[in-house]
Amino acid sequence: MTIRHHLSDQLLMAYAAGQLPEAFSLVVATHLSLCDDCRAQAGSFDAVGGALLEEAGETAMGEDALAQTLARIEGLPQGRSGAPKPAGIFPAPLAAYVGGGPDAVRWRRVGGGVRQAILSTGGSATARLLYIPAGRAVPDHGHQGMELTLVLQGAFADEDQSFARGDVEISDETVEHTPTVLAGQDCICLAATDAPLRFRGLIPRLAQPFLRI
Amino acid sequence: MTEEAGPFLWMAPAKVGARRKRKAPLAKADNETDWAGLLAKVRDDRDRAAFAALFRHFAPRVKAFLMKSGAGAALAEECAQDVMAVLWQKAHLFDPGRASVATWVYTIARNRRIDVLRKARRAEPEELDWGPEPAPDQAEALAAQEETERLVRALGALPTPQRTLIERAFYGDLSHSEIAAETGLPLGTIKSRIRLALEKLRRQMG
Repeated sequence: MTIRHHLSDQLLMAYAAGQLPEAFSLVVATHLSLCDDCRAQAGSFDAVGGALLEEAGETAMGEDALAQTLARIEGLPQGRSGAPKPAGIFPAPLAAYVGGGPDAVRWRRVGGGVRQAILSTGGSATARLLYIPAGRAVPDHGHQGMELTLVLQGAFADEDQSFARGDVEISDETVEHTPTVLAGQDCICLAATDAPLRFRGLIPRLAQPFLRI
Repeated sequence: MTEEAGPFLWMAPAKVGARRKRKAPLAKADNETDWAGLLAKVRDDRDRAAFAALFRHFAPRVKAFLMKSGAGAALAEECAQDVMAVLWQKAHLFDPGRASVATWVYTIARNRRIDVLRKARRAEPEELDWGPEPAPDQAEALAAQEETERLVRALGALPTPQRTLIERAFYGDLSHSEIAAETGLPLGTIKSRIRLALEKLRRQMG
């Protein structure tokens, strides 16, 4: 799998620093599960955190801290807990949120054959799964904030570029685009937005209450 | 650490060669301590002495880190104990080819901070387990630890405004949109090494 559209250094560093809203973290973690290049880059930002930890200074722990911690360890479940597993086309972090693969998603129809499912994440940003039939245009929209769209199945293309499995599109308020899902396979994407989308045109505007955006 | 080459250099007794002044009397050897080796003893032998050595070094740093991130002393103490307990429990997931122990402890502390201070969930990438018989290259482990030491020095050498910005990003004073990706730190070699470690891992998982 060749991924051509990667996460920005800014997003990777914010993820390593633990500063991303949960919905963005989900998209980043899902992309990193598919992209070793970004995983390595995120690892180098983690190393900055490691260096800061070494230099954070030392604040004395309580007198019995070691004994208390060992007692705490005694109370922990023994054995290796199973790591989250991928489910179908969903990498492990997404499968953990959905509780399975695409079959486990509770899709809602939002018109034009498009389906979506909003995932439960805290904070101001929203994560959603989108299911768009092959050949269908994704409703034309601009953004008020940042939007990340990660392709999990199928592919879409806008005026300039195309995005397939593992590719992530980063857009903001400067981007006005009309992506269309390529023929051949329905498209499933994971998208995170940190501000409401504003769709243009009458029909999409009517659909907005159903899209909850 | 460059004056003696050889596969077991990392196991050699601590050598002089402190690169910067340290406060605690034992701290001079910390640069040279084989943290990954101690963690392997925790993983393989449930070795309490090895754990105690890791605890003495990292727990006070985690506590300081969390307090700089805005936690009160009691909460930071509690979380630092949690972090060290997780270190014990998840020792089998540490991959010395991909991170130094300091970096790994940082990621545990960061995730704990998200859980507790921000009360949010943290999505983590899929784990790439290195199988039932992990045999990481000792040279790799040493390389990762040396990189952290180099980064510490590079951070110290940054102009103050730049260093402050990085600290604020990691201590949570900046929102994600304010974080600047350009750190001025030499991260390219670290990325390349992790990339190679991932490729090796993928081949083994093949």
